[in-house]
Amino acid sequence: MKPKHQRLFLICSALMGLGIAGSLVLVAFQDTLVFFYTPSDLLQKNISPQQRIRVGGLVDMDSPQQRGENVHFKITDQKETIMVSYHGILPDLFREGQGVVAEGYLMNPTHFQAESVLAKHDENYMPREVAEGLREQCK
Amino acid sequence: MKHTWARPGFFLKVTKPLLPLSFAVMIILLCAGLYTGLVTSPPDFIQGDTMRIMYIHVPASWMALLVYGFLALMSLFAIVWRHPLAEVLAISAAPIGALFTALSLITGSLWGKPIWGAFWVWDARLTSVLVLLFLYAGYWALYKSFSHPEQGIRAASLLALVGVINLPIIKGSVEWWNTLHQPASVIKLSAPSIHSTMLTPLLLMAGAYFCYFVSMLLIRARTELNRRKLYVLEAKP
Repeated sequence: MKPKHQRLFLICSALMGLGIAGSLVLVAFQDTLVFFYTPSDLLQKNISPQQRIRVGGLVDMDSPQQRGENVHFKITDQKETIMVSYHGILPDLFREGQGVVAEGYLMNPTHFQAESVLAKHDENYMPREVAEGLREQCK
Repeated sequence: MKHTWARPGFFLKVTKPLLPLSFAVMIILLCAGLYTGLVTSPPDFIQGDTMRIMYIHVPASWMALLVYGFLALMSLFAIVWRHPLAEVLAISAAPIGALFTALSLITGSLWGKPIWGAFWVWDARLTSVLVLLFLYAGYWALYKSFSHPEQGIRAASLLALVGVINLPIIKGSVEWWNTLHQPASVIKLSAPSIHSTMLTPLLLMAGAYFCYFVSMLLIRARTELNRRKLYVLEAKP
């Protein structure tokens, strides 16, 4: 084997080993790599009220109730729903059906006290007229 | 003869007309991309005019990944075949890639504040792109930390190859884990989920960024080759 073939073999095997090690690490840390839990995740996990976590999902239709800076709304992942209370200013994008991520504490299995709320947008981009056209078709 | 196309002398000859060409194409694409992106394309149905940041943010991110792939490939050639032109291309590409990565992070942050409500969050996508910036910085620091540039390039090339592992992580981060960052709109298996009136300026800008990369790469590589020539000439009495 020529030296350059030796080097090529060495590098390829080293990178393969590194790739396998890396993917094992990522799979092992799956739980901590997520930015937020969905309401369904919360049911399966035992989360204490002292633990600061993030919950993400869609703002449930007709759920937001605003009184001054006190807001109550429901976050849903279409399977499970959780009630969220928040005191503060909501992001501009906040609306019914919009994706949001709330950070705070799970007071009890059905009630989440948020300290900050971030809006999440999806990968769909279109002009307003096209969006309205789509909405008409759906009706 | 083998490897004729990769001989430094041949490279200098071929790239001489290529440089003004790529620069001219870049100017044309940039003007077309900025005009369609800022003037003729419609605002988004949810984000309004803020989504126009996409036209500078997304191509920068694509190029950050592409340039890293190029850097890693050249590093492989430099380590395995010890080819001088691959070394020159690798060290010429690294700062340009770092520039794209920084641009992607800065514009992304400016986009995040009005839409998400935060300049920065530690989600998987943002963090892995920050790691990419550190990889570029580490590459450059390692290359510069040896008194012999040859040794520096060899050590830095190894780092560049190890860092390849980060590329699939960046791409996969928005699919594998919950992130605040949106999933891919264009580069995915299904059709792009972005309207054609917005896709056009995005692709024009991506073309402009690519030609910018080619132009800067050629300028830097030609300078480095000439510098090496000078070095050899000076070394000889």
